[in-house]
Amino acid sequence: MWCFIAQDGFSFGGLLLAYGILRFTAVDWPRPDHVLGIGLTAVATFILILSSVSMVMSVEAAKACDQKRTAKWLGLTILGGLTFLGIQAYEYTHLVGLGIGFTSSVFDGVDINDLFGSTFYAVTGFHGLHVTAGVIYLMCIYRGVLKGKYTQGGMSYSAVELVGLFWHFVDLVWILVFTFIYLL
Amino acid sequence: MSHDGIHPEPTSFLRKHVFSVDHKVIAKQFMWFGLVWLLIGGLMAMMIRWQLANPGEPFPVLGKLLWPHTEGVISPDVYNMLFSMHGTIMIFLGLTPLLIGAWGNYCIPLMIGARDMIFPTLNMLSFWTVVAGGAVGFYSLFVPLGALEAGWTGYPPLSSTVGTQGSGETLWAVAVFLIGASSIMGGINYITTIVRLRAPGMTWGRMPLTVWGLFFTAVLNVLFLPVIGSAMLLLILDRVFGTQFYVAATFSSGGGGDPILYQHLFWIFGHPEVYILILPAWGIVGDLLSFYARKPAFGYRVTVGAMFAVTVLSALVYGHHMFTTGLSAMLGESFMLLTMIISVPGEILFFNWLHTIWKGSLRMTTAMCFSLGVIFVFGLGGLTGLYLATISTDIFLHDTYFVVGHFHLTMAASALFGAFAGLYHWMPKMFGRFLDERLGLLHFWTTIVPLTIVFCTMFVSGYAGMPRRYADPTSAPYVAELQGLNTITSIAAFILGAAQLLFAYNFIKSRWWGKKCTEDNPWQVGTLEWTIPSPAPHYNFKEIPTVVTGPHEFSHPALGPDRDWISQTEPLPGTSPEPSSPAAPGAPVTA
Repeated sequence: MWCFIAQDGFSFGGLLLAYGILRFTAVDWPRPDHVLGIGLTAVATFILILSSVSMVMSVEAAKACDQKRTAKWLGLTILGGLTFLGIQAYEYTHLVGLGIGFTSSVFDGVDINDLFGSTFYAVTGFHGLHVTAGVIYLMCIYRGVLKGKYTQGGMSYSAVELVGLFWHFVDLVWILVFTFIYLL
Repeated sequence: MSHDGIHPEPTSFLRKHVFSVDHKVIAKQFMWFGLVWLLIGGLMAMMIRWQLANPGEPFPVLGKLLWPHTEGVISPDVYNMLFSMHGTIMIFLGLTPLLIGAWGNYCIPLMIGARDMIFPTLNMLSFWTVVAGGAVGFYSLFVPLGALEAGWTGYPPLSSTVGTQGSGETLWAVAVFLIGASSIMGGINYITTIVRLRAPGMTWGRMPLTVWGLFFTAVLNVLFLPVIGSAMLLLILDRVFGTQFYVAATFSSGGGGDPILYQHLFWIFGHPEVYILILPAWGIVGDLLSFYARKPAFGYRVTVGAMFAVTVLSALVYGHHMFTTGLSAMLGESFMLLTMIISVPGEILFFNWLHTIWKGSLRMTTAMCFSLGVIFVFGLGGLTGLYLATISTDIFLHDTYFVVGHFHLTMAASALFGAFAGLYHWMPKMFGRFLDERLGLLHFWTTIVPLTIVFCTMFVSGYAGMPRRYADPTSAPYVAELQGLNTITSIAAFILGAAQLLFAYNFIKSRWWGKKCTEDNPWQVGTLEWTIPSPAPHYNFKEIPTVVTGPHEFSHPALGPDRDWISQTEPLPGTSPEPSSPAAPGAPVTA
């Protein structure tokens, strides 16, 4: 999992590098906080961080071999991920309504650098895919926990720990993405 | 998640030979896959050389079949497609599967004393992903307007929808993306297997150099293939959805992006890729030279250290591919300095190899010849690399045949020779039959002599100013004067191509009808794969072996006059038979 996270980190690195080069060589890049709704996304970010906390609690419970508590915290984590995705979907539709499309960006009736939209959707979309994959992954593990798969036959709770690693990675990447794309 | 990779022996044909999770079968699948693509890529090279020697004349025999509309003449756009796809195929579908897919899968578990890879299913997925990538790449050859025509690097704006309009270019990006995903899966598997599944006593310092080479390659694969994945993703978005990541922000092109961005992303991956291909070959050579010189590998630790240094430095030199893009002078000089530094560990490896064979009792088998061949061709390629690392000469030599000669010698010929050396060496363990040594030596000499002529004449013509990628070299007067050199190159290239058919014949013949290998250890070497029967059985090791000596204990004085080798499972006479205590540094994890 660590190897996987390392490679995934480099793929995000590639995209963020592209974003950085494109943004700082452009002359007509808009201020992100004028276009993007920082408030709502900050809430989404907070929810994602909270879901990381519930993930930690779930791993703790798993280590204590407490099936019920593991499942409860895992469920909350899934809920957090889904809420994040919901907010992202709302944000996308809202932005498209404003005129920020994938290939051309118009804001307040003024043409802005088209790559603003392209990079925004490419990077956050790539991250959104990771959240989606993470939620599916979490659901599979949740099912396993409910079935008691990890308490039988000497199988350990390391599966919960691994999904936790992935989830924390997705969370950490989001904090970087949020900083670079929304705040800076 | 840790287990020792035991799975029952499959009985159905599909599970045994097609969708197998056994690392040895997957290795063979990778090997056949790589060899077939090498043949296709090699055929393209022949067509390229034909065009350069006889521009405007129909390609014999196949030409009329492939390009009936031009009566077999290679038109300029077909020529572009040929050299672009030749590069892509040789690197991603020929050498990568052969060196990393086949030797990585075959050697790692056997040499570290494991029963299989740690993630056998992921291993199978890795193979079938590369097959999917190969299928997409093959299909792209037949779409309207043809396959990739922008050179194997696929630079925009040539690779944008303005430069190449057909879907072939998009399919190429998809294929590279898939092949990259496959290599990442393989890399994760190799690293985890080497870290977790080494047999008791197989400390890091007792690992064969082959495993070290493959380990560093896997690390580079895992870290840098994602970057080209992002580059391809953005290229696909540009081509399919009309974004402008790589469309220059000029008035005439109307974009807001930057084509140079692609070059950065491409070479961040592209330079490590050179070492991804060469490190396994270096590892194999480091082992084989010691095996066939009957001497311990000179400076084992230093060799490993040098390979590690190359791995780290390889990530820091990519800018030397971009000296002519208007890189700032300070950045350019930094990249030049770092590139020069990377030749230091390269030279350390060289001296260690030469010291390994110095005063050894050489056994000139085909495998040994190809290992020596790696030293020779990499030496030529490495020395000419200095001219390309220096900015002042590079600006003159950039995009000439000098570059073509240089990278073919370093990454193509050396990697291929390493793969051949491995084939002649491990063939008895893989299939239980030897490759024919007489044909093998003939193959070696008919390969290395024309190969040297091909690429050395390229240095001369490149130095004289012949540019890369010209469909008709007679079109410019000063290039036309080099036509004599071009013809020599092409004739040598055809001999080289014919020699590979000799190998294909030898391989097919020996695989099914060759001399049987009845011993466990025909080459009398110490590494673990030679302690088990040939061909290696399912499960590899009946019992996981305990390792007590290093991989290259040859001609040790304690062994006495009758025998000059010792297996890694046997203690040296006069030393305690106990395996190293678990508290030793780098003690392995028992499965």
